This record gives sequence, structure tokens and C-alpha cells, in this order.
Amino acid sequence: MKLKLLTMHKHLFLGVEAIGQGAIDGGMSGVYSYPGTPSTEITEFIQENPIAEERNIHRKWSANEKTALETALGMSYAGKRAMSCMKHVGLNVAADIFVNAAMTGVNGGLIVTVADDPSMHSSQNEQDSRFYGKFAMIPVLEPSSQQEAYDMARDGFALSELTKVPVMLRITTRLAHSRAGVARKEVLPENELVMPTDPRQFILLPAIARRKYKGLLESQSLFLKLSEESEYNRYEEGTDHSLGIVACGIAYNYLMEHFPGGICPFSVVKVSQYPLPENHINRLNRECDEILVLEEGAPMVEEMLKGFFSNGTPIKGRLDGTLPRDGELNPDLIAKALGKEMFEGFNIPEVVVNRPPALCAGCGHQDAYLAMNEALADYSKGRVFSDIGCYTLGALPPYETISSCVDMGASITMAKGAADAGLIPSVAMIGDSTFTHSGITGLLDAVNERSSITVVISDNESISMTGGQDSSAFGKIESICIGVGVDPAHIHTIVPLRKNHEEMVRIFREEFAYNGVSVIIPRRECIQRASSRKRNKK
Amino acid sequence: MKSDIILAGVGGQGILSIATALGEAALSDNLLIKQAETHGMSQRGGAVYSHMRISDQPIASDLIPGGTADLILSVEPMESLRYLPYLSETGYLVTNTTPFVNIPNYPEIEAVMAEIRKFPRYIAIDADAIAKEVGSTRASNMVMLGAASPFIDIEFSKIEDGIRTIFGRKGEDVVNMNLEALRRGRQFAEENR
Repeated sequence: MKLKLLTMHKHLFLGVEAIGQGAIDGGMSGVYSYPGTPSTEITEFIQENPIAEERNIHRKWSANEKTALETALGMSYAGKRAMSCMKHVGLNVAADIFVNAAMTGVNGGLIVTVADDPSMHSSQNEQDSRFYGKFAMIPVLEPSSQQEAYDMARDGFALSELTKVPVMLRITTRLAHSRAGVARKEVLPENELVMPTDPRQFILLPAIARRKYKGLLESQSLFLKLSEESEYNRYEEGTDHSLGIVACGIAYNYLMEHFPGGICPFSVVKVSQYPLPENHINRLNRECDEILVLEEGAPMVEEMLKGFFSNGTPIKGRLDGTLPRDGELNPDLIAKALGKEMFEGFNIPEVVVNRPPALCAGCGHQDAYLAMNEALADYSKGRVFSDIGCYTLGALPPYETISSCVDMGASITMAKGAADAGLIPSVAMIGDSTFTHSGITGLLDAVNERSSITVVISDNESISMTGGQDSSAFGKIESICIGVGVDPAHIHTIVPLRKNHEEMVRIFREEFAYNGVSVIIPRRECIQRASSRKRNKK
Repeated sequence: MKSDIILAGVGGQGILSIATALGEAALSDNLLIKQAETHGMSQRGGAVYSHMRISDQPIASDLIPGGTADLILSVEPMESLRYLPYLSETGYLVTNTTPFVNIPNYPEIEAVMAEIRKFPRYIAIDADAIAKEVGSTRASNMVMLGAASPFIDIEFSKIEDGIRTIFGRKGEDVVNMNLEALRRGRQFAEENR
């Protein structure tokens, strides 16, 4: 009876929420993540979910994506189901464990959920995580709808346990942040704690690793068979064989938008599970004169179908200019690819100007930048290396303080490299959470060589860019810096407020002139987090 | 029925409260919904938008195709113009006239209004002023929803129900203020369309 009620009632879920609910309903015992747009709300949904609370599902944030996925693998080792969530560039941080977890395989089901950001709405690149899935040779699921996102998160654990490897669940921004009706299914129980049957399964010593790798290679035929039989993949036969279409993930929706009632004249292979279902693709190749590939992200499938010599069926997509080589897809681009005429809409009047994001009024990063600019006025430009966070907006007017934003933690190490090259002083500007995510090891390198750098850890006691999550760095920054070996005489903490401006400028000046590693910590709580904390108290 | 709506504003203005009220209304009318939101970096005072699609037939795309939107509903005048490429030949533009100035090069408001008035089907309403009259400027988004309601094919009573659902927790007074805001917005649109 309960089950029936659940399936009848539809929930209006964002794609990310559908994944969170699916994972809970799939018997997950722990989620391990680091925030990153557009993946953050999966873990937040689980953190606020009553079933997760009742079951005490692990749901605290990890220090970074690598520690997150490693911990999830540990839970899998002990037989329980775990998920790790991250944005696409987070998978770079976790790449070592990701690829090697495919080698060890799993005990309890393990899903690695990765949210890509084509068109770079909130990211520094638009890399396509399906390549990582292919690289690690594991099954990849790519939902076309919120319902599929729910189903894949719920049933992905069983797929992982069946294939004995981690399964990747890949989404993109639009599915992550779009809402639609989702029907829930029965809530599955969690696994019992069960040790791996093979005690050497997780020991990747070369002799064992070679055996494990052969096993992974042998499993590929099973993964292919599962893809070919998957309910997420299907062949939809059309009447017009001049063109066949491969539509991956959400691109399927953009295609069907142009065929009300779901009746497309062309044959379509809908792909939502990889490896590519060869049966459907081969049939499309046999039956159609040309093939159009629609995929969100990079032309991965297109390249696979095209091969090197391009002697077979003409393949159209992002590589031949039928679709743009970069950026996310949308219904308009697909209409053009299909040769459909559309009303192009009205032009944007010239009076409309850009409204870029900006640091909030009252944000402490602003005070830090104003003081830093004044203290740097005596030096040549281009000395501040920055990092990933709200403070990256210090690249824009009126501050224009920073000269780099590359990856998590690169501020400290790039400053060190520039100082090694003779740019003294060099300055790093990094946030509290980014520091504990990937900054500590870089600081250790600098301390070990007494590099002439000043590291500004702008501490707003929160992971703010993604919405104010708890920071692993909270209350620990000074002790970490001292532990790493920074001279306590060159660690300064100050409250970044206008009234402390002169004091801040003085400290910056002194430490820029110091020939060694110094750390300056402007510390004031993120004003967004402070106000939401006050709201929640009411 | 089908209503494809672009909701527009500036990060922090709360355009998603409009989407939530409309979503509740559509659900209680047994309609299907897809709604794509803007999260992340642009929420820091940048331009934000949401694609809201409501239909009695299955909806394929999460994004509205260009040149097909039935309505642009903007809580800020300049932002109402940013999404014109989405509007259909017969679509309506409904916008608040109170500018949100958080950039140094915000254009002259008269120049913005002149562009809006050039458009054949528009409603330009001072939602903040009306919201103040009914009790709080925080109700201005519901004034905007009311002003857009004549152009959305959902029963008005269902939209009222939606407001009751989402503000119910906050008590009778808040519900009534928002309902009044909604009705005043609708009244203005009916008189000025």
C-alpha cells in the first residue's frame, strides 16, 4: 500500500534532488562529496532528508573530491552502498582514486556522480566526464530526464554490484538544475557489513594489479551486453532513412522537442548507458544514409563512430560544423542541424548591458582586496595568484587585483613558482575551504624552500561560492600553518573591516617585504551565511 | 494548453518564488511542468533567468526554443529585454519598472523604458510601489505574478491556491498580503493590456 502511494504521487524534483532521493531509496549508506556547481545540491538534499537522518546515512562534506571518493570506496570495501558527488573538474582531483577504483572493483555498490558544466556557467572548463568513464573502462549512465536520474541513482548500486566496478552517473548543468515530476519507487534496505570475498581484491600490488586488469578487460563484454539490453538505451525506428540520429542523454529531449507526440521521421538511437550499445548503432549504420550525433559536451561518440579514415557512413555533429564544437546544446541548435526553419525571436536592444556577478555588498574579500591593492601599489603589476571561489571576482573592476585562477590550490604553488623565477614578492590569494581542499601541500613546498611568498587565506568560515556549506578549515587554519612549518611570527589574523584598513595595509606591506613564507588571514564570516544563519534561528 | 515562460531578474531578487507559486498552481491543475533554473556563480548579483514550461502534454526539452516563449516575466526592467530572442511573435512582455542598479554602467532608465514601450504587447508595472501599498515590498514578486496571470492559461483560483500553499506556514496575514498583491497585479494588467 505504501509503495503504491509513493509511485502515484509525483515529486517536483530538480535533477540533483532526484539523484539524492534515488540514492537514498537505493539503500545508500553514505554520500561523500565536496561542493561544486552544478553537483552541490545532491549532497545538500541528502543532508536535509528525514530518511537519511533516521537511517543516519553518512552525509557530511569531505575536504576534497579525492578524500571523498576514497572514503566512499572504503565504505564499499565494507560491503555497503556509497555515492560520491562532484563537479567535472572535481573528478580531476579524484582522478587517481577514480581510475584505480575501477581496478580494485567494488564490494558494496559504488556510484560516482559527476556533474559537467558545458558552456562553463560556473566553471573554468567544459571537460566531458564520459571520457573518464571510458578511460577507467566502467559503465556510464547519462540520464535524459529527472525520472531517469532518479532511477539510475536508485538502481545504479545494483548495477555496480553486478558488474563489480564503480558506475559513473554523468549529468550536465541543465538536467542538474531543471525541475520535473518524478515518481518514487520502493525504498530499498541498506546492505549489511560484509567483507570482500577475495581478501586481496583491494591490494593493487603489480602482480595482483595485472590479474585485476585482465579481469577488467574481460568484463567489458558484460558491460557491453548490459548496455545493449539496457532499458535506458533503445532504437526508435523511423520512416525516413536518409538520416539516422544518435541522441545521448539530455540531447534526446532537445531532439524530441521538434517532434510533438514523440514521432520523429528519422530512426533514433537513444543512448543513456555506456559503453555504446553496438547493436543499435550497427543497425542505424545499416539502415540510414547519414548519421547525426547529438551529445552534450565533447564529440566523444562522434569521434568513435567516425574513426580515423572516415570511409564509411557520413557522420555529422560537432566535428563537421553541423553543431558548434563547444558549448552546451539547446533545441535551437538541433533545429538548425535538422534544417528546420524557426522564428529567430526579437533582437536584444543595445541599451542592455552585461550584469556580471559581483562580490556582495559588505563581503570581507572586498576589504582584503582594497588593502592588498594599496600595499601592492609600490610594486610592479601581476603579482597576485588567486584561486577558485567568490574571491576570483577580484579579477573584475573595481579591484582587478588578481592575475590567475586555474585550479583548486594553484594560487600558492604558482606564487611559489613565480617567486622561484625571481618575481619577489609573489602573493597567493586563497579561500579557507580551498586552502584545506588543495592548498596545504603547496604551502609545505614553499615552507621547505623558504620561498618569498605571502599567502593570504581570506577566511569567510564557509564554502560560499556554492551556497555556504561548512568549511573543513573552520577553526584550524593557524594551527595547520604552524604545523606545516610557517614561522608563527609571520602569521597574522585580522578582521577585514573598513575601520581596520590602515592596519591591514601595514601588515601586508611588512609581509610583502619579508624574505620567506608569511600567511595573512583576513577573517570575517561570509555575510550570506551570516544572514541565512540568522534567518534559520528565527 | 501550453505556457512557455521566461522568468528574469537579478540574483537575489527571488524569481524562483514566482516559479514555485506557479508550479504549485500547475500541479494542482494536473498539468506537467519542466523548469530550468540558474544556480551557481551568476546568483551573486548577476543576471538570472528560469525557463518555465507548463503543458497538458508531455514536455520534451528543459529549455524553451528561441522565438517560441509565450511570456517574459521580469522583475527588473533591463532584464526583461535580455531574453527577447526567446519571445514568440505573439508573446507578451511583463516587467517591473523598478530598476535594480548594481552595476556602474546601468543605462538611463528612460532609455530602457523606451525600448519596452516600443514592444507591441507589454505590461510595465511598478510592482514595488503596489507591494508597499499592500503591506511590504517583499510581496512585489507576487504583484508581478498577478500582472502576468492573464497571459498564463491556468485558472486564477489555482494560482491563488498556489500562494496559499507556499506561504501557508507563515500565517494568515502573510497569505492575505500576498493574495492581495497578486490580485492588484492582475487588476493592473487587465486595465492596461
